Amino acid sequence: MLEIEGVSRLFPARRGMFGTTAGVRALHEVNLSVRQGESFGLVGESGSGKTTLTRQILRLDTPTSGRILFEGQDMATLSPAALRALRARVQIVFQDPYASLNPRMSVHDIVTEPMLIHRQTLGLDRRQRTDRAAELLELVGLGPQHLYRHPHEFSGGQRQRICIARALAPGPSLILLDEPTSALDVSVQAQVLNLLIDLQKRLGLTYFFISHDLGVIRYVCDRVALIYRGEIKEQGETQRVFDAPESDYARSLLAAMPEVRVPD
Amino acid sequence: MTALLEIRDLHLSMHSYEGAARVLDGVSLRVNKGEIWGLVGETGCGKSVTGLSVSRLLRTPPAEYTRGEILLDGTDVLTLDERQMRSLRGRRVGMIFQDPTTNLNPAFRIGTQLIDVALAAARHDPAILGLGRGAGRRARVAAARKLAIAMLTEVGIPAAESRLDDYPHQFSGGMRQRVLIAMALIGRPDLLIADEPTTALDVSVQAQILALLKQMVAAHDMGVVLITHNLGVVAQTCTHVAVMYAGTIVEQGPIRDVLGDPAHPYTQALMRAIPTRDVARGALQGLAGSVPNLIHPPRGCRFAPRCALARPSCAQPPAVHERAPGHRVACPVVEEAQHA
Repeated sequence: MLEIEGVSRLFPARRGMFGTTAGVRALHEVNLSVRQGESFGLVGESGSGKTTLTRQILRLDTPTSGRILFEGQDMATLSPAALRALRARVQIVFQDPYASLNPRMSVHDIVTEPMLIHRQTLGLDRRQRTDRAAELLELVGLGPQHLYRHPHEFSGGQRQRICIARALAPGPSLILLDEPTSALDVSVQAQVLNLLIDLQKRLGLTYFFISHDLGVIRYVCDRVALIYRGEIKEQGETQRVFDAPESDYARSLLAAMPEVRVPD
Repeated sequence: MTALLEIRDLHLSMHSYEGAARVLDGVSLRVNKGEIWGLVGETGCGKSVTGLSVSRLLRTPPAEYTRGEILLDGTDVLTLDERQMRSLRGRRVGMIFQDPTTNLNPAFRIGTQLIDVALAAARHDPAILGLGRGAGRRARVAAARKLAIAMLTEVGIPAAESRLDDYPHQFSGGMRQRVLIAMALIGRPDLLIADEPTTALDVSVQAQILALLKQMVAAHDMGVVLITHNLGVVAQTCTHVAVMYAGTIVEQGPIRDVLGDPAHPYTQALMRAIPTRDVARGALQGLAGSVPNLIHPPRGCRFAPRCALARPSCAQPPAVHERAPGHRVACPVVEEAQHA
């Protein structure tokens, strides 16, 4: 469904007021393929290139070399209209549900906004958009009674549910989840993860799940790739990578993972 | 024996426009030298406030200590004035906070900041610098510089001497946290309060910092209160743990007892929510409901509204049972259920 082929991204050196900054090789020859209907995990530490890669997939940024195919189409060659239609199929949920919802918009406006942007693809009128927003809220465990409230009236977990409803609004097939639970407490995290798993089963979604939390990745993902300084160090079935890591990087990362076990 | 730190029945209110929030409601904790206590709980449960209370870093008002005492080597810090507190902070009680970036002054060199702390600590205890009372300023600064280099080396910063002249932005996040640990330990405190010291760091760096913390406890014979929301970090680092919920400690004891035999319904719920190796996909259990309003908290057990075992008697303040030596659980229902 999503093919990332030899993608590199270089941020060139820049001269500024305080002298020249060195160029940064944020991604180097990244090859990944995400299959229809699976959860693919991308694990990396801060500065490893996770976010840069996400930006390439969303086409918010252009790779220096390599290409990204979504359902067989190279995103770089699409016309602006075709790209917009395609963006309805790829959505994202961000890390911080406090920062990613406009405090001045009602939940109704937040959830219907993507439908408005993609009205040419979706063809929903005002009434249908409101009905669909109510359906989506129910789907994520909220309800129509929440339509005309504002973000500040919701807890962190509820806000993340609103973000998920917004991502589902244009009927995507691929959802990028960028650390969707790292701002939440564990008891709330468990609920949101279960919601994501449930939605995937019901709607046949494909997830590209970015996290630095290995426990969360192990719980949710079918396959996983480890990225370090812009290079993929290891990828494979989640269980295999966790049980029998092949690269030194995977081994050191797993050794550092704080597991809840009873000390002997 | 006097404990290094003993918190007895601490009650704290925070005054706000909507009324007084009862943020801590009878917190009791005893920390001895050589022990690393994990203080865990979710957002807003009062763990940071407990830590800040020990060094009296909460502004009063809005905070108000309504009952209880905080004994540091037998002295109640709540009765001390600000001048006396100043001689304790950094000297007897060291603190490390979550974000190593905001806790260093970006405009001063690392060395300057460390030397300042060493000199301040030496005003209360000249022995820190190894000098007599009459030593001149020049001698004191030279000794403080030496101490700063020694501390940086001890916390694992290579070429410490040359790095004294660097600014905070020239250090990585993990290295900055090491600098802060060095800064907290420079006054040789007996008690270290570490408030989410690794939350902003990557897992591999986190593991290094936690290992360093353990090593420092062994080397300096300190007691530590490690505040965190991550039970994994607790399992990896601590000797004891106290689980907090809505301003109360619901369960506490040696790590093996609490994690191996969690008794309080909240501790159990917390552990069921963590994705561990053996949890199948979709089998995690979240916790329904939300944290109570602390302005009008539920009567009796504060967890009762979300608890599956709740019964009418839970409207009474829960009695604390000792399941095993030191393993205390504030839930009579669990205890009865086991004996029935």
